[in-house]
Amino acid sequence: MTPPDPIALSRRTLVAGAAAMTSAGGAAAAPAAATGTTPSALTLRVNGEDRHLDLDPRTTLLDALREQLHLTGSKKGCDHGQCGACTVMVNGTRIYSCLTLAVMHDGDAVTTIEGLGSPEAMHPMQEAFVRHDGYQCGYCTPGQICASVAMLEEIKAGIPSHVTEDLNAAPALTADEIRERMSGNICRCGAYSNILDAITDVAGRPA
Amino acid sequence: MRPFTYERVRTPSEAAAAAQRPGARFIAGGTNLLDLMKLQIEAPTHLVDVNHLGLDRIEETGEGGLRIGALVRNTDLAADARVRRDYAVLSRALLAGASGQLRNKATTAGNLLQRTRCPYFYDTAQPCNKRQPGSGCAAIGGITRQLAVIGSSDACIATHPSDMAVAMRALDAIVETIDGEGGERRIPIAEFHRLPGDTPHLDTTLRSGEFITAVTLPAPVGGRHFYRKVRDRASYAFALVSVAAIVQPDGSGRVALGGVAHRPWRVEAAEGELPRGARAAMVAILDGARPTHENAFKLRLAERTLAGVLDEARS
Ligand SMILES: Cc1cc2nc3c(=O)[nH]c(=O)nc-3n(C[C@H](O)[C@H](O)[C@H](O)COP(=O)(O)OP(=O)(O)OC[C@H]3O[C@@H](n4cnc5c(N)ncnc54)[C@H](O)[C@@H]3O)c2cc1C
Ligand code: SF4
Repeated sequence: MTPPDPIALSRRTLVAGAAAMTSAGGAAAAPAAATGTTPSALTLRVNGEDRHLDLDPRTTLLDALREQLHLTGSKKGCDHGQCGACTVMVNGTRIYSCLTLAVMHDGDAVTTIEGLGSPEAMHPMQEAFVRHDGYQCGYCTPGQICASVAMLEEIKAGIPSHVTEDLNAAPALTADEIRERMSGNICRCGAYSNILDAITDVAGRPA
Repeated sequence: MRPFTYERVRTPSEAAAAAQRPGARFIAGGTNLLDLMKLQIEAPTHLVDVNHLGLDRIEETGEGGLRIGALVRNTDLAADARVRRDYAVLSRALLAGASGQLRNKATTAGNLLQRTRCPYFYDTAQPCNKRQPGSGCAAIGGITRQLAVIGSSDACIATHPSDMAVAMRALDAIVETIDGEGGERRIPIAEFHRLPGDTPHLDTTLRSGEFITAVTLPAPVGGRHFYRKVRDRASYAFALVSVAAIVQPDGSGRVALGGVAHRPWRVEAAEGELPRGARAAMVAILDGARPTHENAFKLRLAERTLAGVLDEARS
C-alpha cells in the first residue's frame, strides 16, 4: 500500500503545527497552561554542544532544531516520515527527526548538516555532492547528505539490505545497495543519478 | 497534536502501571503513533516513553529459540547474526519494510501494533469504523485496490500493513506481555491480531494498558526461507501482496500472506497442498475470499508470487 499523499496531509498538519508552536513559545504561556501542557526541560548535545531547552512536549526533534535552535539546515518536507528531508543522526544513527519528540532525546547527541561541515570546511560528502551536482533545488540535500554519511557506516557495520543477496556475507558496496539504502530520501527534482555518483565517489575512497 | 503530558519509565511493571491512567499510551519508536497524533487520529493525553527499559536485547531461550526484547529496533533485529542464519524470513521481511531511517527507530512491539494504511482511516473527513466506531466504512464501495480480499467484514475491509508480522506468523512467534497488576501472558501470534468482525477498532487481542515485553521465536525449523513482497515501487512502499515462506527439501512447508487481510494470513490446514504447487495451495489458502473488482488481482498475484517462491526453492 502507498502511504497517504504527503501533500494533502501537510496542509492539515500546518494548522496543528502552528497551534503547537504558539503554545511552545514563552509569550504564549497562558494557552499552554489552559491546555494543560507544561513545558519539559531537556538537554540535547547538538553538533558537539550542550543545548538546554524548555519545550512543549509536542515539539518534534525537527521543530526543536529549526524553530528553537535555528538550525534550519534540516528541512520539513512532508512531516510524516515519507520524504527524508529531515534526516539527522542521533547517537550516530540516521533517523527522521519529524517522527520523534525532542523530549524523547534528553541527553542524546544529535548531528545535523551544520555539524557535518561548513561552507568553508565541507565534509567529503558535501564536497562530493557539489562536485557531482547531486541536487537541483537543494531542498532534500541536507537530508540526502546526512542519510548517505550514516548509510555508509551501516554498510561498514555489516547491516544487510533488501537487495543483499547473501544474508550471511558482508554487504557489497554496489550501486544497487546504495540505491536501495537511500530509498528513504526522495528527490523531487530527480537528481538521483548524480546523488549516486557523489556517494559512490566518497564510498570508493580509502577510509 | 493535542496536548499531552510525558513520562519516562524505567521498568516494564512501571510502564504497565503508568498505562492505567486514562488516555495514556506507550510510545516506542514513535514512527506510527506520532504520525497519527499529528493528524489527530490518535489523541492520547499522556505518553509513557518505554525506550529506557533495557528491553533492547535478543537472548537465546532454553528451548533453542530467541527472545526478542520489545524495544529491539527493526534494523538490529534484521541484522542479528542468529536471525539472519536461522530465521532469514524474518530478516528479509524487516528489510523489505519502510526505509533505513524508519527501521533504525521502529521497534519490535511498535511494528506489531502499527495501524492500518487504509486511506479512509487516514482521512478524518470520511466515516471509518476503525477510527470512530459506528461511523460507517467509507472504503466499502470506495477505492479498494489496496484493501483486504479475505477475512473482511461488512464493518471493515482494511489490511494489516506490517511485513515483520507476516514472517512472525510463519515462525509461530509468541508475544509476551505484562499488565498493570503484574499479570503475565504469552499470546501465540495466531491469536494476537484480530479479524475485524463488528469491532474493527480493535486490531489485536491486547487488553487496554497491557505492555509487550518480548516476542519469542521457537527453535529454528530449518528449510529455505523466503519473503517476497510485491508493491507499486521497488522500495519504501507497503505491500500489495507479500509471501513469507519456509520450504523444506521434501516440498512441505509454511506460508503466510501479507497485504490480503486484517491480520497476517496463514491457513495451516492448507499447507499440505504445497507439494502439489502454488495453484493448489493458494486455492486452499484463499478459500472464502471476498475480493472487490478492484482488488481481485491480489488472488492471482498471491498465487504467482508463491509460484515464484516455490520455483526458487527447487532451484
Ligand atoms: C513512510 C512510512 C513507510 C512505512 N513502510 C512500511 C512498510 O513497508 N512495511 C512495514 O511493515 N511498516 C512500514 N512502516 C511502518 C513502520 O514499520 C512502523 O511505523 C513501526 O514499525 C512502528 O514502530 P514504533 O516503535 O515506531 O511504534 P510506535 O509508533 O512507538 O507505536 C505504535 C503503537 O504501538 C504501541 N506500543 C509500542 N510499544 C509497545 C509495547 N511495548 N507494548 C504495548 N504497546 C506498545 C504504541 O502505544 C502505539 O499504539 C512505514 C512507516 C512510514 C512512516
Ligand atoms: S476499511 Fe476499515 S479502516 Fe478503512 S474506512 Fe473501512 S472501517 Fe475504516
